[in-house]
Amino acid sequence: MTVITRPETPEIPVVDAAPPPGSPPPAPTARRWQPPWRNPWRRPWILEGFTWIYLIWSILPIGLAVLFSFNDGKSQSVWQGFSTRWYWGDPVNSVFHNPLLRNAVEQTIRLSLLTTVIAVPLGVAFAIGINRWRTKTSATFNFIMVFSYVIPELIFGVAMFFLFTQFFKFIHLGTMAEVLGLVTWNFSWPAIIVLARLVSIGNSYEEAAADLGASRLQSIRRVLIPLLAPAIFASAVLVFASVVDDFVVVDLLSSTSNTQPMSVIIYANTHGGNGGPALNALATLMLILSFVVAIVGVIVYRWMTRGERGSSGQEAMTSIAGM
Amino acid sequence: MPNGSSPGYGSAAASERRLIVARGDLTKGWAARAQNRWVWAGFAMPGIIWLVLLFVIPFYAVLAIAGGQLNAIFESPVPIWNPLNWTGANFAAVFHDLIGQGAFVGPIFVRTLVYVAVASILSLVIAYPAAYFVTRFAGKRKVMFLALLVAPFWISYMMRMLAWIDLLQTNGYVNRVLVDVHLVGQPVNWLGGKSVTVILGLVYGYIPYLILVLYAGLDRIDQRLLEAGRDLGLNRVRTFLRITLPLSRQTILTGMLITVLPMVGDYFTNQMLSGSESTSMIGNVIDSQLNTTSQEAQGAALSLLLLAFLLIPMLYYVFQTRKASETAA
Repeated sequence: MTVITRPETPEIPVVDAAPPPGSPPPAPTARRWQPPWRNPWRRPWILEGFTWIYLIWSILPIGLAVLFSFNDGKSQSVWQGFSTRWYWGDPVNSVFHNPLLRNAVEQTIRLSLLTTVIAVPLGVAFAIGINRWRTKTSATFNFIMVFSYVIPELIFGVAMFFLFTQFFKFIHLGTMAEVLGLVTWNFSWPAIIVLARLVSIGNSYEEAAADLGASRLQSIRRVLIPLLAPAIFASAVLVFASVVDDFVVVDLLSSTSNTQPMSVIIYANTHGGNGGPALNALATLMLILSFVVAIVGVIVYRWMTRGERGSSGQEAMTSIAGM
Repeated sequence: MPNGSSPGYGSAAASERRLIVARGDLTKGWAARAQNRWVWAGFAMPGIIWLVLLFVIPFYAVLAIAGGQLNAIFESPVPIWNPLNWTGANFAAVFHDLIGQGAFVGPIFVRTLVYVAVASILSLVIAYPAAYFVTRFAGKRKVMFLALLVAPFWISYMMRMLAWIDLLQTNGYVNRVLVDVHLVGQPVNWLGGKSVTVILGLVYGYIPYLILVLYAGLDRIDQRLLEAGRDLGLNRVRTFLRITLPLSRQTILTGMLITVLPMVGDYFTNQMLSGSESTSMIGNVIDSQLNTTSQEAQGAALSLLLLAFLLIPMLYYVFQTRKASETAA
C-alpha cells in the first residue's frame, strides 16, 4: 500500500511590498477619472429621457381633452374659463340634459354589464371543459376560440352584421344584437385567461381533493373555483372595460341613436371637429368609468392574490390588463 | 377546537373512509373516466354552442351572401345557402375593383399596406425602448412607470382620437406652437386628409396594446443571463444586441401581429382624423359598402378576401400561442 504524499512545494520567495527607500510615494488608490460615457453602470439618461417623452406624448393630449370638457365656451381648442356646463350646467347640450348623450351613457353601462354577466361564466366553463375534455372536438373549438381572438374586429363585425340582417332575421339590429355580438367578441378573454391559469395550477390540487374524499363537483366548487377566482375576476374587469371601449361591433350592430353607446356617439359627431366640448365631457365620463373599474380591479386583484407567490402591484396591473 | 385539527382525522374510521374512497376510484376505472369526460364536455358545451351559433354560422352567412346574387328590383343581396349553387359574381366584381380597368380598390389596398407598415414600425421603434427602459432600469419606480405605460390602455380609443382632433384643429395647440416657433407660416389643416395625421393616429391608437405585449415579454427575460453577459465583459449595447434582442424576437413578432391585424381592419381612425377620400383604407371601403344595400354583397366578398389575406399571420399567432401554453405546462 502506497501512501500518497503531497509533493513538496518549492519555497516561494516573498516579495517585499514596501518600496525601496527614496522612491516616490505610490499613486493614490482612487480610480482615475473617467468620462461618464465610459462608466459601464451609468444611468441610461437617453433611454430614460426617451421614455419620459413617450409618456408625456401619450398622456398630455388626453389631459388636455379632459381639460376642455370643463371649458366655459364652445371651443375644443381655445380655453375660455372653467365650468361644468357641458356635464350638467347647460340645459340643452350638456351630457345630463341632452337625451342623446345621456342615453349613450346608459347604453354603454347596460351593454358592459350584460356582456360581462353572460361572457364570463360562459368563457370560464368553456375553459374548464376544454382543458379537461381532451378530444378532437375540444381541440377544434379551442382553435376556433383563439381564432375569434385574433380576427380583425371589422371582419368579425361584418359577419355579425350579415348574421342579424340575413340569417337570424328575428333578432333585429339593436341592443339584443349588440349584446350577442359583444359576448362573442369578448368570449375569448375569460377563456384564454382561465385556460392559462388552469395550465399553471395543474391537476395536483384537485387530485388531492379527490384523495381526501371530495366528489367531482365538490372539488370543482371548493378547490378549483377558489384557485381560479383571481383569473375569473381579472377577465371580468377586462371584458367590462373592453365593452366600454368597444367601437366596431356596436357601430355595425346598433340601429337607431337609441342603441348607440358613447363610443359611437363620439365617432358620429366629431366629423370636421365641431362636436363641441359636450363630446369631451362624454369621453371624460368614459375615461372615469374605465379608470374606476381598472383601479378597483387592481386593488381587489391584489387582495385576492395576497400571500401568493409572485403577488405584487406589478403582477396585479399586468394581469388586469390581460398580460 | 384547539389548533384547528379535526378530532376524527387520525381515527380508524377516517382512515377506513379514505381507503374506501381510494378503492372506489380504482374499481370504477374506465367507467368513471368515461363519466368524467361527459362532465367536462358538459362544461364546454354552452360555449361550444355559442361559438357555433354566433361565430361559425356568421361566417357561413358571409359566404352565402358573397356567393349569392342580387335581387333584380331592390338590388338587395340574396343569400344562396347551398354551397353548390354559389356564384363567383361578387368575387369577380371585387377582383375587377382590385386589379381591373379603373380599379379603385387596388390603390386603396396598397395605401392600407403602406400606412399599416409605417405605423407599425414606428410603433415598435417608439414602444420598444420605453418598454425596455421600464423593465430593465426603472428600479424602485417600476410600478409607477408601469402604471403610466398601462394608463392609455384603459382610455377609450375614441377618447384618444378626440384628444388629437382637439389638438390638431386649425386654431389648436399644435398649430399655435408650430406658428410660434416659425416652423410653419400658416396654420396647417391637419384634419383635411393628411397621410401624416392618419399614420400618427394609428400609432397613437395602437401603441398601448403593443407596449403591453413588449413589456410582458421583456420582463420575462431572465435577468441572470444579462448579468452573466455584463460579468463576462459585454457593454450595455452589446448585452442588448447579443442577449435581450434575440430573446425578445418572439415577443416582437407577437406584438406586431397584435397591432397589425386590427390596423388592417381600421376605418374609424381614418374617418375621424381625415374623412377624406385621399386617405381611405380598405376598412373604409368595406364600411361604406355595408352602408349601401346594393353593395353589401361586394362588402361580404371583400371582407372574405381580406380574411384570406390575413389568414397566414392569424394562423401563425394561433399556433404560436398553443405552443407557448404547451411549453408552460
